[in-house]
Amino acid sequence: MSEHEFQTGAAAATEAPISAEHARYLRKLKREKAAVRLTQILVLVLLFVLWEVLADARIIDPFITSQPSRVLDTIKTLYAEGVLFKHIGITCLETVIGFLLGTVLGVLIAVALWWSQFFSQVSEPYLVVLNSLPKIALGPVFIVWIGAGPVAIIVMTLAISLIVTILEVLNGFVNTDPDKIKLVRSFGGTKCQVLTKVLLPASFPNIINALKVNVGLSWVGVIVGEFLVSKAGLGYLIVYGGQVFKLDLVMTSVVILAVAATLMYQGVVYFEQWVLKRSRFI
Amino acid sequence: MQIAVEVCNVSMTYQTPEGEIHALKDVDFTVNDGEFICIVGPSGCGKSTLLSLISGLLKPTGGAIYIYGDRITGPSRKAGYMLQKDHLFEWRTILQNVLLGVEIQRAVTPQVKEKAIRFLETYGLYEFRDKYPSQLSGGMRQRAALIRTLMTDPEILLLDEAFSALDYQTRLAVTDDIYAIIKKENKTAILVTHDISEAISMADRVIVLSHRPGVIKKIYNISLTCHKRSPLSSREAPEFRFYFQEIWKELDIHV
Repeated sequence: MSEHEFQTGAAAATEAPISAEHARYLRKLKREKAAVRLTQILVLVLLFVLWEVLADARIIDPFITSQPSRVLDTIKTLYAEGVLFKHIGITCLETVIGFLLGTVLGVLIAVALWWSQFFSQVSEPYLVVLNSLPKIALGPVFIVWIGAGPVAIIVMTLAISLIVTILEVLNGFVNTDPDKIKLVRSFGGTKCQVLTKVLLPASFPNIINALKVNVGLSWVGVIVGEFLVSKAGLGYLIVYGGQVFKLDLVMTSVVILAVAATLMYQGVVYFEQWVLKRSRFI
Repeated sequence: MQIAVEVCNVSMTYQTPEGEIHALKDVDFTVNDGEFICIVGPSGCGKSTLLSLISGLLKPTGGAIYIYGDRITGPSRKAGYMLQKDHLFEWRTILQNVLLGVEIQRAVTPQVKEKAIRFLETYGLYEFRDKYPSQLSGGMRQRAALIRTLMTDPEILLLDEAFSALDYQTRLAVTDDIYAIIKKENKTAILVTHDISEAISMADRVIVLSHRPGVIKKIYNISLTCHKRSPLSSREAPEFRFYFQEIWKELDIHV
């Protein structure tokens, strides 16, 4: 029967001995992958070595460009002064809180907009305006209203990431196959069940996409916020370093920022894989 | 014989900003217990609307529908719906998919789970219970979709072009398969299709609808001389061609 054929077919595909040609092909794939990774690392190393050597030779001025060894020294000094992890910690905390709030509120508001056609239609022009408005322009307003502090920074982050999340998740809802919703309704499903059984799982790729975009946006929000108000954090170090012409401090903060932002992005990727593994396909 | 479905003078008008669309007008027929009814008609004649009305997803603007004597006023558990595609959820295993309906009706018990396992065993999907839909062939997916519907114990099955998303060969095989299951489970079924051969091969009666607004043009009692009736063997019956010609003429399709 058909399912029998299917099983043997699938088994043959996985258990058949690998032909010499296929083995060659697999080796070639592996080699190509290794070459790409190696080149990536080489470019990075080369960049740093070049930066260091050129600065040492005074071809570029390390006072303006800084250099890797000075960055390391700055990190050591900050660590010795006991403020390194304070600055990193504050910025990361603000980012994570802003990121999580933006995601959770964004999904909740998207659900509300889907729930009420009326609410959705009323809010449409406002969403369009808020989406095109550069949210950074609201920075001074937040500071005056909320006061110069971490809360203003988190609100800034929220302002930047919220609208994008709402629109992306709503997009996932709208693009869900209406027949899948009809199916749930034909079983007597309530609106709430349509949401939990179909819309949220079907929009999972959109939600993850929103998370990935939000990681970047949250960092923008926090750094801009810190530029404007803060007394601590990586954004503060960058602004302070720029004002007193300590480019070592600026470069150090940027390098740390790059690492932290990458780690957070990877975190979202791992979260995605974890959820996928738990719930489907694999 | 007991009457399963009564459709009494049902009319359906959709309101749109551009005007009114009269989808169905004074449609009136009954379906007997255990009968297999096919509804054919040109596209846009309100065939699918009729099924949505019987299932209670839509309310008729005129007339009334009864299933085993009870008037339908909202989504009804008495009717099980099968749509064009199988719509198995990619994020659920086959077993979880099959349990979707009972889960929505908050009726999952250990007994119900056992019943699902028995269904999967009977219809050759047991080994696939923890697999995801993408790992199944089209025919197996359709079978899983039917089991999902049967799990909620519907008294009648509504099939909305349930096979039209499949390629022709698979479709013939799946039609045979699903027909056998429906007969084995003793279900009353209403199939909407635009495929005349499919309708004749499965139906006890074929209802022909007209262009919009859909009214019943004619009802054919299909009696075929074949040894043991199945959609495939029906196609070999001598009367098959006769019915095909009749219905084709009745549909009056111009290009």
